[in-house]
Amino acid sequence: MTDIGMKVDGLTVDLHTPRGTVRAVDGVSFTAHRGRTLALLGESGCGKSMTAQAVVGLLEPIAEVTGGSIDIDGEDLLTVSRKRRRQLAGPALSIVFQDALTALNPVVKVGVQLAEPYRIHRKMSAKAARAEAIELMRHVGIPEPESRADSYPHQFSGGMRQRLLIAMAVALSPKVLIADEPTTALDVTVQAQILALLARLRKEHDMAVILITHDLSVVAEEADTVAVMYSGRIVETGPVDQVFEDPRHPYTRGLLESVPVDAERGADLSSIPGSPPDLFSIPPGCPYQARCPLVMDVCRTSRPALVKTGDRAVACHAASASGSEGVSHAA
Amino acid sequence: MLTFLRRRALTSLLPLLAVVLGVFVLARLTGNPAALYLPENATAEAREQFSAANGFDKPIWAQLIDYFAGVARLDFGTSLRTGEDAATMALRAFPATLQLAVVTMVLAIAVAIVVGCWAALRPNGLADRVSGMLSMTAASVPDFWLAILGIWVFAIILGVLPTSGVDAGGASWVLPIAVLMVRPAGVLTQVVRGAMISALGSPYVKVARAKGASEGRVVARHALKNAAPPALTVAGDLAVGLINGAVVVESIFGWPGIGKLMIDAILQRDFAVLQAAVALTAISIFVLNIAIDIGYALLDARVRNKAGAAA
Repeated sequence: MTDIGMKVDGLTVDLHTPRGTVRAVDGVSFTAHRGRTLALLGESGCGKSMTAQAVVGLLEPIAEVTGGSIDIDGEDLLTVSRKRRRQLAGPALSIVFQDALTALNPVVKVGVQLAEPYRIHRKMSAKAARAEAIELMRHVGIPEPESRADSYPHQFSGGMRQRLLIAMAVALSPKVLIADEPTTALDVTVQAQILALLARLRKEHDMAVILITHDLSVVAEEADTVAVMYSGRIVETGPVDQVFEDPRHPYTRGLLESVPVDAERGADLSSIPGSPPDLFSIPPGCPYQARCPLVMDVCRTSRPALVKTGDRAVACHAASASGSEGVSHAA
Repeated sequence: MLTFLRRRALTSLLPLLAVVLGVFVLARLTGNPAALYLPENATAEAREQFSAANGFDKPIWAQLIDYFAGVARLDFGTSLRTGEDAATMALRAFPATLQLAVVTMVLAIAVAIVVGCWAALRPNGLADRVSGMLSMTAASVPDFWLAILGIWVFAIILGVLPTSGVDAGGASWVLPIAVLMVRPAGVLTQVVRGAMISALGSPYVKVARAKGASEGRVVARHALKNAAPPALTVAGDLAVGLINGAVVVESIFGWPGIGKLMIDAILQRDFAVLQAAVALTAISIFVLNIAIDIGYALLDARVRNKAGAAA
């Protein structure tokens, strides 16, 4: 196994809302290896972005981490001082957000924004940091970086803005890079270029990349391992090729079946009936019970644990009761 | 940029003419100056003589033409009271108002930035609630009342500040500025707070924090610059209000500015001076508005590009 970039264990996030406290992330554990990509896959509201924000320490004030640990090189991000956490933000851990237009400061020249990591962490002079920023822009494929450094974000296309955002995130060669839906706002051709750029940078900097996405094709192409999230929990995890070849959780299977492969024109597309449970009314037992074709009595009372088998793990009573083949058959 | 200025100057010309015309009409509605300037028992002959000497005997449209012909040459006529050139009187009074307004706005903006940012860092925290209450109160208190209260407490009871005038040097400035800045400071604090809360919650601030930026850097380099345009808009409005509202506060404190000149001119039906003072105030407000637009362009490249593209 390659070097571990980050190990998250039992991460739990509660949301304190006016209607009461709900659990948005419930005991999520995963390990991200250097030079590899781990995908956190799930529908909106499943807790994948909340997990990312908790890891980088950028939760909204109503959200609170109530348990778990986030370990990078022996340091637990949840217990280190605020100052230490700031020191680690950039060199150890970095994040790329979804919407590059709002993630770049509209009134600051991009060259200045890209120079900031060097100014903050390496205490470089403005001039030296600018030179680094220009080099960085060139490296991520921005044409004419010397003159473009004095442009503002709105003067770039969507794809170029995402490149800038990625450049800023990898400026200090972080050990771990979180990419939160980095291509969702982009059109398909640009999407492919951005993913290729991320893959190249991952290799160059030997980063552990955590890719947050709802896009199965992105997971299939880019990720080494996948963790499928549902209702704030990881319900299935394992190497991408194995999980996609032989999904063991009925939710994973539902997701994969909803991808139209060889679908005939006019034929109905497959989808998972219903929607994820409201965080305020998660039923006892398995959160997927209401939508699950394999639901059993035990699912309504007892919450399935994430059971590990080799490289893979699944949290499903049906899967552990009858084994993967039985589940596949039943589907 | 020059095209932009030229366009703004041209589009300002029409409303400016409307103001100049409006003050002419309104001033005439206050009555005949002859009634005020001559003794009550003056003969009809004397009255006619006075009117003829000052051109009040001509038909109103003829007076209007004379007036506009004068305005075009920047000649607003002479003061009935002093016989001095009206425009000169207005220009002489203007710096006192301008100084007061500039110092007041600078202080109000400084207070608003500090308190507004402080409150925005922890919305609904103690600082936010206390400053929210204070700034709402400040924004709502009428300045004439505050002026009288200030004079009563500091000049009469404590005797530490002069009641009015400008003879006491620095001490003369304290009460007028304090009274004038309360409302702008209160309103601007609310605006800065709101704009800062929205800026601090934006994705680019998250990105800055993800880069390891300190709280001070996040506020100063990232959030404040984005919060500035809405604050600038309101500050511009408040500055206009300050120049207009100076009428009241200048009268109370005997401040020799354009506001006091205007009030005195109205009370004495000194049309020429009133017209010159109003025109000067209107011009300064148009200049201020253009300055605010330039400020936007400096703050935000998106505005700059749009103006450039449209020009």
